[in-house]
Amino acid sequence: MLNYISRRLVLLLIVVLGVTIMTFVSMNLAPGDPAEMIAMARYGLENLTAEEVEHIRISEGLDAPVWIQYTHWLAHALRGDFGRSLVTGDPVLQEIIVRAPATLMLALASLIVSLLIAIPAGIISAAKQNSLLDYLARSGALLGASMPNFWLALLLILLFSVTLGWLPVFGYGELRHIILPAVTLGTGLAAVSTRLIRSSMLEVLEQDYITTARAKGLREGNIISRHAFKNAFIPVITVIGLQLGHLLEGTVIVESIFGWPGLGKLLVDSIFARDYALIQACVLLFAVFFVLINLLVDILYVYLDPRIRYEKKG
Amino acid sequence: MALLSIRNLTTIFNCEEGQLKACSNVSLDINPGQTLGIIGETGCGKSVLGMSVLRLLPANAVINGQIMYKNQDLLTLPDKEMCKVRGSEIGFLPQSPSTSLNPVLSIGEQLTEGLQLHRGMIKEKARIIALDILRSLGLKDSARTSAEYPHQLSGGMKQRVLAAISISGQPSLLIADEPTKGLDAVNRIQVVDLLRQLSRKTRASLLLITHDLKVAAALCDEIAVMYSGEIVEKGPAEQVLNNPLHPYTQGLVASLPERGLYPIPGHSPGLLDDSPGCRFYSRCPIGNEKCKCQPIINREVDGVHVRCLYIDQSGGAQQRIYGRGFQSEAG
Amino acid sequence: MSVFKNKLTLIGMIIILLLLCAAIFAPVLTPHNPNTQCLSQALKGPCSDYPCGTDEFGRCIFSRIIYGARVSLAIGIAVTAVSAAIGVVLGMAAGYYGRAVDEIIMRIVDIFLAFPGLILALVVAGLLGPGIGNVMLALALVGWMGYARVVRGTVLAEKEKEYIETARSLGANDLYIMFRHLLPNVIAPVIIMASVGIGYAILAAAGLSFLGLGAQPPTAVWGSMLSDGKTYLQTAPHLTIFPGLAILVTVLAFNFLGDGLRDLLDPRLKDKAWNRG
Repeated sequence: MLNYISRRLVLLLIVVLGVTIMTFVSMNLAPGDPAEMIAMARYGLENLTAEEVEHIRISEGLDAPVWIQYTHWLAHALRGDFGRSLVTGDPVLQEIIVRAPATLMLALASLIVSLLIAIPAGIISAAKQNSLLDYLARSGALLGASMPNFWLALLLILLFSVTLGWLPVFGYGELRHIILPAVTLGTGLAAVSTRLIRSSMLEVLEQDYITTARAKGLREGNIISRHAFKNAFIPVITVIGLQLGHLLEGTVIVESIFGWPGLGKLLVDSIFARDYALIQACVLLFAVFFVLINLLVDILYVYLDPRIRYEKKG
Repeated sequence: MALLSIRNLTTIFNCEEGQLKACSNVSLDINPGQTLGIIGETGCGKSVLGMSVLRLLPANAVINGQIMYKNQDLLTLPDKEMCKVRGSEIGFLPQSPSTSLNPVLSIGEQLTEGLQLHRGMIKEKARIIALDILRSLGLKDSARTSAEYPHQLSGGMKQRVLAAISISGQPSLLIADEPTKGLDAVNRIQVVDLLRQLSRKTRASLLLITHDLKVAAALCDEIAVMYSGEIVEKGPAEQVLNNPLHPYTQGLVASLPERGLYPIPGHSPGLLDDSPGCRFYSRCPIGNEKCKCQPIINREVDGVHVRCLYIDQSGGAQQRIYGRGFQSEAG
Repeated sequence: MSVFKNKLTLIGMIIILLLLCAAIFAPVLTPHNPNTQCLSQALKGPCSDYPCGTDEFGRCIFSRIIYGARVSLAIGIAVTAVSAAIGVVLGMAAGYYGRAVDEIIMRIVDIFLAFPGLILALVVAGLLGPGIGNVMLALALVGWMGYARVVRGTVLAEKEKEYIETARSLGANDLYIMFRHLLPNVIAPVIIMASVGIGYAILAAAGLSFLGLGAQPPTAVWGSMLSDGKTYLQTAPHLTIFPGLAILVTVLAFNFLGDGLRDLLDPRLKDKAWNRG
């Protein structure tokens, strides 16, 4: 297990190196002068002067070759110093630490929404195969998997904020603020999970041990909740872990729409501002989250499946 | 008074290819404490017969006829009532021990379920009884076994655990589905012992479904031979095995290794085939046109029911096709 | 079951064909020029003159959606083609040569899979600057890993077979064996993945253009139409409803097709008919 975790951490390191290098390369391949962009972001178009641009170029080290800029950044990052935002001048680390909880909260809330939908839908769909409910669940899943989340977000706003006036569009801090973004992200995830849980349940319900359980006289509900679900859920967990990655992707757009003050919105804003100190740090944090989530999922998997659990012990 | 009395049981599967008749017009009786063996080749419908009694078939199966158990027809019971019959009245020993236990629940959890459900025990009590049952079936370190998961047990241990589960509800009837399938000789003897132990301990009737004539000979009081969904011969075990009347039973006996391993030529007809006559006709050495077209009626000879046109009413003159009976060679 | 699936596959194919026609014959099919502004007609709801209404500049939304299909389909198909090509080449090399080549390629795949692809695409496309080409590049960059994995697996299984030995003994070189003998085996799974992949690429591209990346104004693009429309959500919801519907229907069609093709080409994945109710 330890061996496995350390391998994961090495992978994390490589991923961080990879994506940050790619960010640097993209930054420098882009047309336009980063120093000018930053100056524009800081002082606005009207106050832009050549001296200021030059000043920024030198003070931010943008005159050095790319690889020096990168190693410079890396050396500092390894010491926990992610620099200052090129636009606001605030320390990046602080900015990110302030923003991270919002994204994690949104991701968690979305995951809860998706499981609240997918678990019952998947189970009912499998238990009542080819019934009306099954068709409804499957159609819903197909629809959900093809639904652009930014469109869904706008439709939800249209219905619940504009027409009914029940929920606010923007805001942060109260439960009612998280509902629309979490539902937007959660339903997309639920679509995929429902299909998975359904097919996994169907496979499990065919197993011999289910017949054994039925022959004991257990009720169908008991068989599904106690004997089938745990078996069916184990393979689903891995995929849900992967799906969480897509959830992080989704936060980028959904946070922008709902003005949710998380990492996703921060990343988008900093990309348009070309604030690459912030971009690098956001990208790095997303990589850390993604790898850690997958690590957690794998550990959960081991915990749930006695076959693996005991192999590791023995 | 029979404990289980099956009348005209017909089980049909609605498949894409058409209607698959796995059991047709099966009638059987099992008396209290008696062991009835259903023997036949793989795919003859004998497992479906067992599962029809428990009503544990896929949704595309249609069961017709009557299954009278303790004077109630199981086929007309509501689902809820049927659940009460399963496990507590009728126990089931499944055919493949390796896949028949839930991999993510401990042995103890799987064994106490039935006790709690059917005998109304609280968890602690159920645990104690479960350990007793395991011990009585030869699993000495029952506390440890109970805490373990299926993948930690050997095949033999799993079979014992399944046996423990099957009797935990104190059923009056046990259905054992191919308990010796895929086992080597040594393990087969152990399973036969186990089944003997079970019927002695529980005094339950046993419906033993097997393709293994020797196991049937060792355990059964009565034997029914099944071929392509139909019972072709049934009667007291000794009589059926020593003096097989139906050409198919004779063929089965002759195909035993110690009888020279003469296989019956040909294949059994698909269960989709629905011709009126004898289903064994195409492989039968004495069959003719009459067998093919004419519905066959059961005849009784010395307490043995045979489904063949050419069984003499007197019972003495039937042709010996595949050599002698079963026991004559065993000595 | 199979009827349900087959019907959906057929619907998917019909929709895709209609979209292709719409994209190709856009100038003939559209009632208005997609970029002609007519401020007097701004923000009109759907009517006989403008089937989907008009936007804030009085441009015909229906015409813009039809022209948007060109961009969307072009991006979807191009991105998928490039991703699939990269994936097939790398997957084939990994499977065929094995050892170090396999190890290196598959580790690269792992690295790419260990980061949320759309975020990487966003960063790359965002930094490279606006433009359809950059979006395509970014999406292709993060979309090839699945193909590489599947192709590698198929090649691994196939290369041990006797006909490959025979071909080699007859003097065929590696490239010939790969493209003449191994390639046909990977076509079916790649096509299945690609049909779903086009839908996914269209969705991702729409997402990026919603954020303001990709084709720039005045080019009609579904994603940015939505993004522009959201300002008028309160007064003119048709600005967001119709372009979104276009994305949904298109992606749905490719998913239907992908599902159907999977059943058709890969019988192992077919739903089993023998389940208890």
